[in-house]
Amino acid sequence: MSTVLKPPAPTKPAPAKSETPKRPKRRKGASAQVLQPTALTRIGLIAVIALSIFPLYWMIVIASRNTAAASQFPPALIPGGNLGANIERALTDPQANLLLGLQNSFIITGTVTVSVVLISTLAGFAFAKLKFRGSKFLMFLVMATMMVPIQHLGLVPMYLMMVELEWLDTYQAAILPFLVNGFGIFLMRQYTLQSVPDEIIEAARIDGASTLRIWWSIVMPALRPGMVVLGLLTFMLNWNEFLWPFLVLSSETPTIQLAIRQISVGLYSTDLSMVFTGTLISIIPITILFVIFGRQIVSGIMEGSTKS
Amino acid sequence: MTTAVDPGRTNRRQSSFRDRLHQFDLKGVPYVLVAPFFLLFAVFGLFPMGYTVYASLHEWSTRKPDRTFVGLDNYKFLLFDYDRFPWSIVNTLGMFVIATVPQLIVALLVANALSKRLRAQLTWRMLVLAPIVTSVVAVGVVFARIWGQEYGMINGFLGLFGVDNINWQAERWSSWIAISSMVDWRWMGYNSLIFLAAMQTIPKQLYEAAAIDGASSRQQFWKITVPQLKPVIIFVTFISTVGGMMLFVEPMMFGSGTFSGGSTGQFQTTSMVLIDLLRTHGNYGMSAAAGWLLFIVIALLAGLNFLVVNRIQGNK
Repeated sequence: MSTVLKPPAPTKPAPAKSETPKRPKRRKGASAQVLQPTALTRIGLIAVIALSIFPLYWMIVIASRNTAAASQFPPALIPGGNLGANIERALTDPQANLLLGLQNSFIITGTVTVSVVLISTLAGFAFAKLKFRGSKFLMFLVMATMMVPIQHLGLVPMYLMMVELEWLDTYQAAILPFLVNGFGIFLMRQYTLQSVPDEIIEAARIDGASTLRIWWSIVMPALRPGMVVLGLLTFMLNWNEFLWPFLVLSSETPTIQLAIRQISVGLYSTDLSMVFTGTLISIIPITILFVIFGRQIVSGIMEGSTKS
Repeated sequence: MTTAVDPGRTNRRQSSFRDRLHQFDLKGVPYVLVAPFFLLFAVFGLFPMGYTVYASLHEWSTRKPDRTFVGLDNYKFLLFDYDRFPWSIVNTLGMFVIATVPQLIVALLVANALSKRLRAQLTWRMLVLAPIVTSVVAVGVVFARIWGQEYGMINGFLGLFGVDNINWQAERWSSWIAISSMVDWRWMGYNSLIFLAAMQTIPKQLYEAAAIDGASSRQQFWKITVPQLKPVIIFVTFISTVGGMMLFVEPMMFGSGTFSGGSTGQFQTTSMVLIDLLRTHGNYGMSAAAGWLLFIVIALLAGLNFLVVNRIQGNK
């Protein structure tokens, strides 16, 4: 769903304070009272986190045991020793098609991510730093595209378009519609405004640098952290995309999400250790990214929502 | 400019060529930079949306490929003669309300907890956000099991209190609760980080002043935090409305991968009707009309959202 990438809140926040200010003194006065968590706060938070983690954990437990474990009550909570064997069985099963699904998902998601980051960095730079007629109106159009559920409104004609072009079951059908991403442009415009001072660009112009040269030598290096954030969010969103690939691809050319649906409702619907192992495999790439780049993902979500 | 210029040219020509190049660099290149987005949007956004209007006014399906103009007949049929469609709007709205209201309240409380002085801040935030690593399909697989009739752990838990096994799929209310739980589980942490980001922009002096006046932290939460967050709350509600009204994968996975939303369509959402018309029936005209009707519903809800908010603010 398109809502993973959320446009900004229509707020006018106070000058950005990226982190909670750390107060050097711990005094018992008024402000300390505001920030100290109570025991109830901690317990509540831990309870919420337990609920957040449990289904993920349980998925691993079942994937490392067998089908019968999924039907136990109280639920099975200790992982078993079958994880390796289950993964091998899931990946090598010719009808489960998981390897092909992973491969297709990597190709589609990777291409979309690189293209979106590139398109957004170029356009974001133009909207942030270049003066051209109609730039305000064009930026307004970009923002408007974030508000309209294009995916659903254009679904039928886009599908028919792919039929007419004989693009069903092709990469381009799965990739091209997702290159339209207003959020990316919006985010990169914010990053450019924030991290590239006007003076540097003017100085480079006086030295005779062309616009593209300025982009390449000054803007791109400064935007690297922002590009990483946008890349991560785009990758996560598209890895998990279901509806459009479901329409234009088939069980012969699945993404990993289509393959998971296929095994969970088809041939293997009663083979739960297979289904859960496949599901676990499908979330491993994102989980790895999440663990490595957790800081960037968290700050990307938080900054994307308050910058204005 | 580093572009090599033909050395055979005269200096004057060279400079005018450079001038023009420079002019293009200033006036033309910006458009070149933003062009890819607008070209792609025209082809994969604007054109399909416009074409949906055309398709929705025609009788057009795999069985009747010659597009016959029928005016608003497709819309009339969906609204008045195809029970599944109006019911799908009821279902979608119902699940949206059940999923969104508790989710936003919990997200606010979690954001408030995260804004306190905690050690290992990032770890807490990541743990709250963790469900986002799953795909909606994966959530569907796991939660369909958790809400299962025979061996599901919800029924197992309720059984401890003597409640008979519930067939969560069978009834409207029960299937809505199960599906809403999937939405809540996946999005709560995300929304709480959005709230947290906004909370950090609230001036600390407000809290300090309130604390000096003797306001408890609960009073501070309701009297300072929540009112200050109003714009963000409105915004998140709006985005949840758009997302919620397009709910598709969760109910599909809950119904074993089908689009019918249970035996009598008790949890069939409007998006499922749309896809059902497109894929199962191959009825392009009708599916396009369903898409526009869904869009109109979303637009009405967004309008209602703003009206309610204005009313609340007016009363203050």
